[in-house]
Amino acid sequence: MKILVVDDFSTMRRIIKNLLRDLGFANTDEADDGNTALPMLQTGKYDFLVTDWNMPGMTGIDLLRNVRADESLKTLPVLMVTAEAKRDQIVAAAQAGVNGYVVKPFTAAVLKEKIDKIFERIDS
Amino acid sequence: MTNKKPLDDAAVLGFEDQLKAQANQLKDLVDSGDVSGALAIISELNETRDKTLYQEVGRLTRTLHESIRNFHIDTANSATNEEASKIEDASDRLAYVVDMTNKAANKTLDLVEETMPYASGISTEAKQLKEDWSRLQRKEMKPDEFRQLTSKMGTFLSKLCNDSDKVYSNLSDILLAQDFQDLTGQVINRVTTLVKDVEENLVKLVTMAGKVDQMTGNVQQEVKQQETNMKGEGPQIHAEARDDVVSGQDDVDDLLSSLGF
Repeated sequence: MKILVVDDFSTMRRIIKNLLRDLGFANTDEADDGNTALPMLQTGKYDFLVTDWNMPGMTGIDLLRNVRADESLKTLPVLMVTAEAKRDQIVAAAQAGVNGYVVKPFTAAVLKEKIDKIFERIDS
Repeated sequence: MTNKKPLDDAAVLGFEDQLKAQANQLKDLVDSGDVSGALAIISELNETRDKTLYQEVGRLTRTLHESIRNFHIDTANSATNEEASKIEDASDRLAYVVDMTNKAANKTLDLVEETMPYASGISTEAKQLKEDWSRLQRKEMKPDEFRQLTSKMGTFLSKLCNDSDKVYSNLSDILLAQDFQDLTGQVINRVTTLVKDVEENLVKLVTMAGKVDQMTGNVQQEVKQQETNMKGEGPQIHAEARDDVVSGQDDVDDLLSSLGF
């Protein structure tokens, strides 16, 4: 299981990577916005995408839309971990096909719960 | 901004009174058929309007100038460049905050990442020793194994001394890394004061500009704020006060489940 973590703040990427490692996902890569993330995803090496929303360059919602529009990536599970908390935005993310939505600040337990839920749904 | 605001300014009030008087005069003259008199009043009216307008523009310019001077924004003809503008200073200060918080976060993360293996190492070895210890208590241990256990216990105890010291010292370094809160807090408070000052001055300018608009009969087109929803706006500071914002993960979960998630 290889995971790509996309956030423009390196500290947040480190936090998420550490939490993922504690959950048993040690194989992670990082990208700092959608523009760097998309070509990485298109190599087909990743099984799961964790992305922020608000980033310079390509935002997380645009990355999500690009992923869903890409034939080879459209089933990739995507978890959004973001400070964006407007109802419209959450609805937009859901419509764009997000698999989970975590608002910052978040806890390790919430992250675990959402990731477990995503894989439960995929496995079933 | 609306320009139907009641006017509190003496000059503009004077202008309105004068306007009323002159309008009545004009009406009387037109009624009595005095065309040249009426035309004279019209040009007087124009003059009054122009004069008041120039006054207001002058005041607006002066206030603008003062505001700029107050914030030490370097204008082309400013003689001294010794003091950087307050705005520039504020940006520098905020950059310092970003830098400090970044350093503190990275230092904390470094220490946490360094400490975690100690904790998990201690836990793994302790679990194994506990198993051996239970076997000893149940008297299931051979003399040879017991000798091994005592030597293992000795190594573990001295390792535990070292590792727990290391954990303690890393924790106190993490504690110290939180000192950024005090420093960045002070800096942010200063910038907040500046922003309030700037806002006050801008409001004054807008009020004055409103008066000029009234003189010239300009109608300000309300520029509709473009929906920037999809661009992202960062953390919500007053989530509780807004209806269009969720107040936490539970709200997000409720919203998503209402959408069939």
